[in-house]
Amino acid sequence: MSDVAPTPSRPTPARSLLVEDARTRRRNAAERRFRAYGVIAIAIAVAGLAFLLFTIFRDGSSAFVQTYVKIPVAIEASVVDPEGNGDPAEMQKILTMSYGRLLENALARHIARNDIQIEGLEDADLSTFFSSQARADLRRAVLADPSLVGTVVEHPVMTSSRVDGMFKGRVSRASAAIDAKTSAAQYDLAMALGARDDVRTTFNWNFIISTDSSDNRPEAAGLGVAIIGSFYMMLIVLVLAVPIGVATSIYLEEFAPQNRLTDVIEVNISNLAAVPSIVFGILGLAAFINFMGLPRSAPIVGGLVLTLMTLPTIIISTRAALKAVPPSIREAALGVGASRMQMVFHHVLPLAMPGILTGTILGLAQALGETAPLMLIGMVAFVTTYPAAPPEGFFDPASALPVQVFNWTQRADPAFFERASGAIIVLLAFLLAMNLLAIYLRRKFERRW
Amino acid sequence: MTPAKITVSALALLAASAATAAAQEQIQVAGSSTVLPYATIVAEAFAENTDFPAPVVEGGGSGAGLKQFCAGVGQNTIDVANASRPIKASELEECRANGVENVMEVQFGYDGIVFASSINGPDFVLTPADIYRALAAEVVMDGATVANPAMTWADVNPALPAQQITVFVPGTKHGTREVFEEKVMAAGCEASGDLEEMTGLADADTAEAACTALRTDGRSIDIDGDYTETLARINSDPNGIGVFGLSFYENNTDKLKVATIDGVAPSVETVASGEYPVSRPLFFYVKKDHFGTVPGLKEYAEFFVADAIAGPGGPLADYGLVPDPELAAVQSAIADETVLSAAN
Repeated sequence: MSDVAPTPSRPTPARSLLVEDARTRRRNAAERRFRAYGVIAIAIAVAGLAFLLFTIFRDGSSAFVQTYVKIPVAIEASVVDPEGNGDPAEMQKILTMSYGRLLENALARHIARNDIQIEGLEDADLSTFFSSQARADLRRAVLADPSLVGTVVEHPVMTSSRVDGMFKGRVSRASAAIDAKTSAAQYDLAMALGARDDVRTTFNWNFIISTDSSDNRPEAAGLGVAIIGSFYMMLIVLVLAVPIGVATSIYLEEFAPQNRLTDVIEVNISNLAAVPSIVFGILGLAAFINFMGLPRSAPIVGGLVLTLMTLPTIIISTRAALKAVPPSIREAALGVGASRMQMVFHHVLPLAMPGILTGTILGLAQALGETAPLMLIGMVAFVTTYPAAPPEGFFDPASALPVQVFNWTQRADPAFFERASGAIIVLLAFLLAMNLLAIYLRRKFERRW
Repeated sequence: MTPAKITVSALALLAASAATAAAQEQIQVAGSSTVLPYATIVAEAFAENTDFPAPVVEGGGSGAGLKQFCAGVGQNTIDVANASRPIKASELEECRANGVENVMEVQFGYDGIVFASSINGPDFVLTPADIYRALAAEVVMDGATVANPAMTWADVNPALPAQQITVFVPGTKHGTREVFEEKVMAAGCEASGDLEEMTGLADADTAEAACTALRTDGRSIDIDGDYTETLARINSDPNGIGVFGLSFYENNTDKLKVATIDGVAPSVETVASGEYPVSRPLFFYVKKDHFGTVPGLKEYAEFFVADAIAGPGGPLADYGLVPDPELAAVQSAIADETVLSAAN
């Protein structure tokens, strides 16, 4: 380069290798500065990620535990079977709401029996102490086994979101005092029960497996339907996008002639990859729901929309993987008499497989986290029944993980905020697992030349 | 089997299952995000207490819900539209044009609209006239309309705190906005005497439109999202006052301080008695044409307005609904399957 040749105007540089001249020092300083910029850039990125993860885990980790109180509950015949004849049809008419009386009475008796003194405790503090989900569970148990009437059952009873929040530190005595949905007396009662060791805090399996629940019972809301819905959609994307995407790439890369038409197709594929995902949602609404008449809120429509969205990603990464296979392999295969198709399927494709798998899994991970197109096709719905097993289940209403996050952040009760952060953690866990799988597959099947 | 065969058979299976798409089984509901929490509570209880499948409930806003509702009858159209305002004549016409002949209107209760600020801020004692004077685009001064000069609440009414005016108002797609314009802005315009003066300066229609026009200089901020967004904005701006539904406020009383209107604090009781002036009825609309084809649709409507659900002390009232005192009439109207008449 030019800086090797000394220019006459400059003073003679020091010839010793041990002494840096001014120019070398400047070059070294520039390099050090550049490295420092790099380190700063990485530090900013890491700090941003750390902050994000910190807030999500701070807000969301408490969604994975749930508080229960273990008290004896008498199944009073006067409430659940007023006619006293044990007729299941009659008992069916007693609504969930009435079962709140059983829990309220049980708590009142428990307080009296154990001589717990709470100042200013009102009836409302007792009736809102337990989740209304507990009433539904109790009703289901009694209807399934009418012999329970008149007996005393001792199950851990799910507490309401405010009481649950007291044990998780989300609700303090001061905030409880000004909160219309709880009171300082209820806080004192919760702490008194906690001191008596009646309170159980267990891992919240319900959060992973149960369905969404209404605004009256955030403590019972779970991700079950959303996880199944996301899984079904990923299944559809996998079955549709991978074969179509890989076939397209192989044809374009190995067989198609280079002409105006293939150029246009190529440009369009690259453009499609950059189209905002909401556009695919509008397309899905028009084509699949309004035109083809597929049901709203169904994983089949979500899966088809996400397939369209993922196809360009898969095609581009597959073509890159095919391009990375050295031409010598192709020439060798053709040289020993293989047909073009044998060359592709026996030699090129196996070598490109790790790249294709990685691209596919990353495309799936992107589809898993996509929210915008799903909002237009009715996936932001309140669904409380699990979809059936496929293929019928593809047409049943379901939710999806990122949509569930969006849904919960819009609810009034602050306990849903905790759930939303918890759902983000679950979503991140799935994404991490998929990315790890992609790395593993790449490492396992990678070939070097 | 080779990968190609597996793929082909999977595609065939998918196509076959698409052809045999099961008939619609569950009730589909969409509409107002104000009614959404009530509808989810009812849907949950309905599924628990009956043998019908759980209804699927979507939000999206009153207008969007009614549009979907009026898109036609049959599979893949919704059965129930929730609305925080009555259906418009134009919407009903569109329904008829698309073959939705028999629409049942059900009014199941009332919702209060409250003005709330940060719990740490000063107390506000407001009247509709104060809010109008603070938020109108143009006010009357010395016999002429001028751009609203008020910058702090004390400029509007010396009794109010000298705090910058920042009000988060629901965007125009919300049903709440219409009630806000009618019950607060228009009422305040009249109470402050501006309506009379403006009617003197221009014709009556222009004056009424001017009454409900909000200022656009950043003192009034439209919120297109939900109440959670308004709450987040108030958390980050301590001067802000937000417009909320009563039930949302009731769920967040540890973060929000509510303003009294005409000296009345909003509560389920004061809204029910009519003392608190800013409230609106909540509705849902049922497609009678779907009775018989969608199992449980009539039962859902009846369950929604049953005394144990929408009545005082029921789960909807627990959440913040102001029960309709005329609930018995609503129940009998559903039992009789009374539909909206064409003249409506």
